Amino acid sequence: MATRLGKQTIALSKSVSIINTATVVGTKESEGPLSPFFDVKMKDAEWGEETWEKTESKMQKEAAKLAIQKSGKTADEIDCAFAGDLLNQCISSGFSARELGIPYYGLYGACSTMIEGLSLGALSIDGGGMNTALAVASSHFCTAERQYRNPLEYGGQRPPTAQWTVTGAAAAVLENGGSGPYVTHVTSGKVVDFGVIDQNNMGGAMAPAAIDTLCAHFSDTGRSPESYDLILTGDLGRIGREIMINMMNSNGYNMNDNYGDSGCMIYDIEKQDVHAGGSGCGCIAVTTCGYIFRQLKEGKLNNVLILGTGALLSPTSSLQGESVPGIAHAIALSNKPGGEG
Amino acid sequence: MQYLNAFWVGGLICAIAQILIDKTKLTPARILVLYVVIGAALGGIGIYDKIVDYAGAGATVPLIGFGNVLANGVKEAVDSEGLLGVITGGASAAAGGISAAVFFAFLIALIFNPKAK
Amino acid sequence: MPENKNTDYLNYIDKTAPKSPMLKNVLLAFLIGGLICVVGQLIGDFYQKICGLDTDSMRTAVSVTMVFLGALLTGLDLYPKIAKHAGAGTIVPITGFANSITSPAMEFKREGLVLGMSAKMFVVAAPVLVYGISSSVVVGIIYFLYKVLIGG
Repeated sequence: MATRLGKQTIALSKSVSIINTATVVGTKESEGPLSPFFDVKMKDAEWGEETWEKTESKMQKEAAKLAIQKSGKTADEIDCAFAGDLLNQCISSGFSARELGIPYYGLYGACSTMIEGLSLGALSIDGGGMNTALAVASSHFCTAERQYRNPLEYGGQRPPTAQWTVTGAAAAVLENGGSGPYVTHVTSGKVVDFGVIDQNNMGGAMAPAAIDTLCAHFSDTGRSPESYDLILTGDLGRIGREIMINMMNSNGYNMNDNYGDSGCMIYDIEKQDVHAGGSGCGCIAVTTCGYIFRQLKEGKLNNVLILGTGALLSPTSSLQGESVPGIAHAIALSNKPGGEG
Repeated sequence: MQYLNAFWVGGLICAIAQILIDKTKLTPARILVLYVVIGAALGGIGIYDKIVDYAGAGATVPLIGFGNVLANGVKEAVDSEGLLGVITGGASAAAGGISAAVFFAFLIALIFNPKAK
Repeated sequence: MPENKNTDYLNYIDKTAPKSPMLKNVLLAFLIGGLICVVGQLIGDFYQKICGLDTDSMRTAVSVTMVFLGALLTGLDLYPKIAKHAGAGTIVPITGFANSITSPAMEFKREGLVLGMSAKMFVVAAPVLVYGISSSVVVGIIYFLYKVLIGG
């Protein structure tokens, strides 16, 4: 049985491994610094499809298939898929699952969805009801823009706090046993909202949720930032990252040495014209499944804490004057079953 | 000289809008609404035509000029048709711009597809 | 205002968030907005001096031409590229009005020519028409009453 630690954290009792992963990214992402870690690099935003929604769905489907194949499995051997995306009614995930033929739970955790999926998949396996699970998430710049913001050809100006939605999909196969890396702890996040209204400052809106979950994780587990080789947040971007470091420091945690944000890592912020960095479900998904997974496999990193961060707003809630609620879920990954020490 | 006036007046109207966008939380859509209403008001009291005389396209091309066209149209229509002109005047005067926008948007959208960024 | 407002935090992020480069933005808006008006002036002079249109027709013809140019540059994916730098300099001129109608028409074509392209065409620009036409009616009423009561 899993052990409940403190109020929000679960320590898994079984050795649940990420067997293998796969990533599909767009052109801007394959021009970025993490390019060598991605599997499929699309030549354009369409990938042979008529609409970007279809493209995004195909990205999920292909990432899922490739991850299953790289794990040496077939779709029949996967007990359940946990998938999500940013679009209304999670159509990218639903339409991708339509063709995969795997039992499917659709998730919405905004940009934290990949980590939500990995958490639920790992817990389901740990509970004994499943042996293998698949976590999938995606976002596409063009589908997100038209849903949340303006038509692509509209002549507008982006403020310096704005972030760029990552075009990317990633999938990870989880299994009971295996040779790691292992999901050792899951910390479920609360919805935290400090009243940020500006939807062009997602980093500022989500940082309090990330801080809340991270502090809960440390207090539940008795760990500290030094317990990890790397602590990675989802898509706080340049602004949220600064807030995170400052506010964690004032909470007594030193985050100067081993903290990264995938929104700041996926693009070359100075050269790629992405303002405050990357965002979207794809951001933490491809960073975790591409870069982090490889680093763990090669032993360059051994203990990593990943916080998926999400902004739970909609165009309707924004128009109605609501602030932007944030959420963050954390998973601890380790090359040793049960984690460090 | 008319070109210089068009340049600085038109530029100034745009620069003020930019200051409003950067300094206040007003979205571009709200600023355009504000501009068209200001244009209609200035047109209504007959001031804006003096700016048009001075700056030419510098005053007619920005959206304030669109408000002015609406106001002038409604006044002329009230003069010629009375009360009915209140309803018909504005839109009739702006018909050229509106119909052009609808038709050209239709045409361009048929021909071109949006490009990914 | 939501009840969950954390004023200290909001003040803190307000202070730390990078500001838009105002001076550069305003200067670019001035230059490009001004240039677009000069183009309008050129076209107007052409219609008036070469084609011999009277002032009213000339102004309408300039609007129609500028709207066409705005729509075309939107179709060619050039308008958003200029607008990225020009900001209000490309939003405020009537070419920006054309862009705000053409861009959703293009974007939503994939949802069909009737319920997509046509229905969504005014999703950005409608407020300008609603407030513009409504203001003209208000102006008309005031002007009408002024004439009747004061006999102007």
